[in-house]
Amino acid sequence: MELTWGMLAVWRRNCFVWRKLALPSLLGNLADPLIYLFGLGYGLGAYLPPIAGVPYFAFLATGTVAAATMNAASFEALYSAFARMQVQRTWEGILNAPVSLADIVAGECLWAATKASISGVAILIVIALLGYAQSPWAVLAVPAIFLVGLAFGALGLIATARAPSYDFFMYYFTLFITPMTLVCGVFFPAERLPAAVQAVAAWLPLYHAVALVRPLIFGQWPAEAVWHVIYLVAVTVAAFAVAYRLARRRLLG
Amino acid sequence: MVSTLPLIVERLVKRYDGRPVLDGLSFVIHRGECFGLLGPNGAGKTTTLRCLLGHAVPDAGRIEVLGLCVPDEARKARARIGVVPQFDNLDPDFTVAENLLVYGRYFGLSDAEISRRIPALLEFAGLSARAHASTRTLSGGMKRRLTLARALVNDPELLILDEPTTGLDPQARRLIWDNLARLTREGKTILLTTHFMDEAERLCQRLAIIDAGRIIAEGAPAELIERHAPRRENGCPGNLEEVFLALTGHALRD
Repeated sequence: MELTWGMLAVWRRNCFVWRKLALPSLLGNLADPLIYLFGLGYGLGAYLPPIAGVPYFAFLATGTVAAATMNAASFEALYSAFARMQVQRTWEGILNAPVSLADIVAGECLWAATKASISGVAILIVIALLGYAQSPWAVLAVPAIFLVGLAFGALGLIATARAPSYDFFMYYFTLFITPMTLVCGVFFPAERLPAAVQAVAAWLPLYHAVALVRPLIFGQWPAEAVWHVIYLVAVTVAAFAVAYRLARRRLLG
Repeated sequence: MVSTLPLIVERLVKRYDGRPVLDGLSFVIHRGECFGLLGPNGAGKTTTLRCLLGHAVPDAGRIEVLGLCVPDEARKARARIGVVPQFDNLDPDFTVAENLLVYGRYFGLSDAEISRRIPALLEFAGLSARAHASTRTLSGGMKRRLTLARALVNDPELLILDEPTTGLDPQARRLIWDNLARLTREGKTILLTTHFMDEAERLCQRLAIIDAGRIIAEGAPAELIERHAPRRENGCPGNLEEVFLALTGHALRD
């Protein structure tokens, strides 16, 4: 595996495309999580007591930051990266330049994390404007959001490297992303779940993302912060290695 | 010993699932020549190019490109090669000029340097007036010319073209031929694959016909015609198509 400056050229290419369509893209990425947040947060939240000392809206909003980051990174690493790899043959073109496949996969992962961070941070700003993120320490959530983007970018690229077509990604979302969103503490504390489900949830990446991002937005140091960071870094590194190997098998025979 | 030949391929073997696609392929290209690789579909042309670029690792044999060992030094070699792929992979989200800019960055060139090169590349491709047009609006011929211009962004010593005129109409083909002839006059070394015999005859100083992963004939077009398609009874000279059919057989390939 050979990583060079080439990965930044790949990142820059994707950023260049995004800048042309930045506004519609940003609105598209924000509309969905914000509709859920306001719908459930205000509607359902009116019937609910505070959770762990914060209003339900604030609880849900902080979980939404992690979930929206996960979703944005996953969409970019699945659908958009697949278009570049398979449909447009962009990767093939780049491989004819002195850029390695590892550079391309790493550049895609970095870009997915960047784009996801833009979504995550935009929601963080909405939360701050509503007065739920008052501590200046809330800025520490930004690097945490980026790390969450990296982990889900790398995981998504595994599916992309194996996907025969876009249809394959339905499985990724219905079997992995959607159940994870429900058991990892985005909508309600994971502690409410049966012990067996909790035990599984504690090994899912979104669980660690929420456990890290939520307290940081409230200006608190997360419990077991180091463990969550190590876990997400490990997922990023391992998933990247697998995605690279699968892409290699697919493109370089 | 590092040779001055821009390309050396020696006894190349590549198997897919145990089936040999390249079966002891050997040839060299001299500096400044246009060399054609001809063969029926599935003969191993594209696999050969993939090996030369380091995208496929041969099971046996030796490849030296511009004095560099491939695949070990493939990345260094690719910095000095220009590639026109068989399938269009221009960036549909970018304009004509932006395609050149973004591609130049993959070679580590600065934006200032690429911008300095762009006008001449557009002029070469006959696309100066379309610099800011979206790539989506270009005709097939224009896209091919832009792909050729893109392959020149790093000022390569060796150009590799995989079926550069497949799918183009006669006018568009002629424009590509003029471009390639101009590049050979300027001293570029060119390797192209094709199954158009008129294209090979017109552009290539030397060519090799490959079938089932090995070279079955090699030489200047006129030599090959002399050797394998002698003058007919009515006195008309033979042509390269007859050579090709005589050597690879008339049976349908796929």
